Amino acid sequence: MSNPDSPLDIDHIAEAGRKAKGKRPQFFNLEESERLMAILMAVVGELAVTRQRLDTLERLLEKNGTLNREAIESFHPDTTEARQRGLMQQEYISRVLRILQQEKESLEQTTKSGPEKSLEQVSSDLGKS
Amino acid sequence: MDDRQVPPDYNEVGQHGVFPKANHDERARFNFLASLNGHLSRQVLPGVASAFEARAVKKFSAEQGHEPQTLKEMRECMKSDGYYQTWSSMRRNSMEMRQQAGRSLVLRQINDINSRARTLNDNDEQLQLDPSLTVPHYVSAVDIHCMPGCYYTELTEGDVSAGANYDCGLFATTGGMLGRYSDGGGQAIVQWLQNKQEDYQPKRILDIGCTVGHNIVPLAQAFPESEIVAIDVAAPVLRYAHARARSLGVNNITFVQANAENLEQFEDGSFDLIISCMFLHETSSKALPRILGETHRLLAIGGRVLHVEQPQYDQSMPLFEKFMRDWDTFNNNEPFWGAMHDMDLYEEMVKVGFDRSQMTSVEIAAVVDESIFPSAANDEAEDYGRKPTWHVYVAAEQTEQST
Repeated sequence: MSNPDSPLDIDHIAEAGRKAKGKRPQFFNLEESERLMAILMAVVGELAVTRQRLDTLERLLEKNGTLNREAIESFHPDTTEARQRGLMQQEYISRVLRILQQEKESLEQTTKSGPEKSLEQVSSDLGKS
Repeated sequence: MDDRQVPPDYNEVGQHGVFPKANHDERARFNFLASLNGHLSRQVLPGVASAFEARAVKKFSAEQGHEPQTLKEMRECMKSDGYYQTWSSMRRNSMEMRQQAGRSLVLRQINDINSRARTLNDNDEQLQLDPSLTVPHYVSAVDIHCMPGCYYTELTEGDVSAGANYDCGLFATTGGMLGRYSDGGGQAIVQWLQNKQEDYQPKRILDIGCTVGHNIVPLAQAFPESEIVAIDVAAPVLRYAHARARSLGVNNITFVQANAENLEQFEDGSFDLIISCMFLHETSSKALPRILGETHRLLAIGGRVLHVEQPQYDQSMPLFEKFMRDWDTFNNNEPFWGAMHDMDLYEEMVKVGFDRSQMTSVEIAAVVDESIFPSAANDEAEDYGRKPTWHVYVAAEQTEQST
């Protein structure tokens, strides 16, 4: 029987990241891309965490003029603050995933009125008219 | 846009007696994942339909001479589309990140959580484990929804970490739409039952595949006089479920380790309400009829069976929607999802003895405290399977049966 304060008998860091049983699907044509996307999304996530921590620091400093680590760990934003922070997250995610928004808009455009012309095509058209 | 739907902060998630204690960054991680999942389903996913229409279907038709006509052809059609690839990869990664976030939170304090569970569980007759029970192959074939170790793996003696990990991450997958205790499904069942019949008071309730008991606890609270049995095949989630329920002041549920294909320990007609919540799709084509058969045997005259699931694929469902709904089958370790949604559940229930004229279906959405948590009923985005709005199959046993 383990005591709640005794050292863990598992490697909790390695265990946390364990692979789930079942062959992982490959979505991209290259497995390198698969790997890079996984690393990139993890970094995207950790930057979001850092930004939220920074926001907590700023709010606590503004409110108290000083802070201690416990105040950060137990920080509980009120409803308005939580909404502000949620919107910051959404803006951040929209920013890092910009390329998907733009591709989606281009695809919607294509569905509605045919594919966009290339710049070569537009340039050539303007040279003629 | 000020009317953007924003998930509440992770601090709002209910802290019962075995819930892991999250620090600032662990909460921030779940906040991020809730926002990421919201972004993927609201902003990115609609582009997959455009990618299909604008280019993938044309490319496929040019190569094959016809549009995709089967799910297999749809998969072939979409798998090389870059936009679909990116959305899929991100959706898979967000689930893997959710698992790691939950496990790192839970496992760093595993001794404390297990000890809290032990205090709530020890020598309690309302927790009945059966170490001789074999985990069925449909639970052990792959780790369901990419949860390393699935529901049943024990890392230490008396482990509940599988339950704690499952419970603490439901917020991220649904963007808070399951409510404070992730029990919006159970709350919705209660609301439907009470709207249907005033003073409804089932005597005995069975919950099949209860996992952490989040869906049965609201029924236990709404019907405190009812005797409730909640079963699952996995000991870690049952230990966690029992401790969770006890700490929430619920004392009328007995958690039993059992396989729903064979419940011979319970007498014929001994339950007047039987429910399952997002469970049938985690079984198999051989197990499902046996489970339905047991529900028919166990249901009392005048009783009701409710299976909460996603809608079946039928003739009227567009192929593109079927393809999107099928994504979890291959990409989120839910291997029976597609086959189960292709079955005619009514037909399967008739085969085991239910009367077709006593069957119906209703649409329900998670019931939450809307002053804090987002309502799935008011969410117009279609994410093909993750949002907590469900299709409930209802079968009654109202006539004298010729059993």
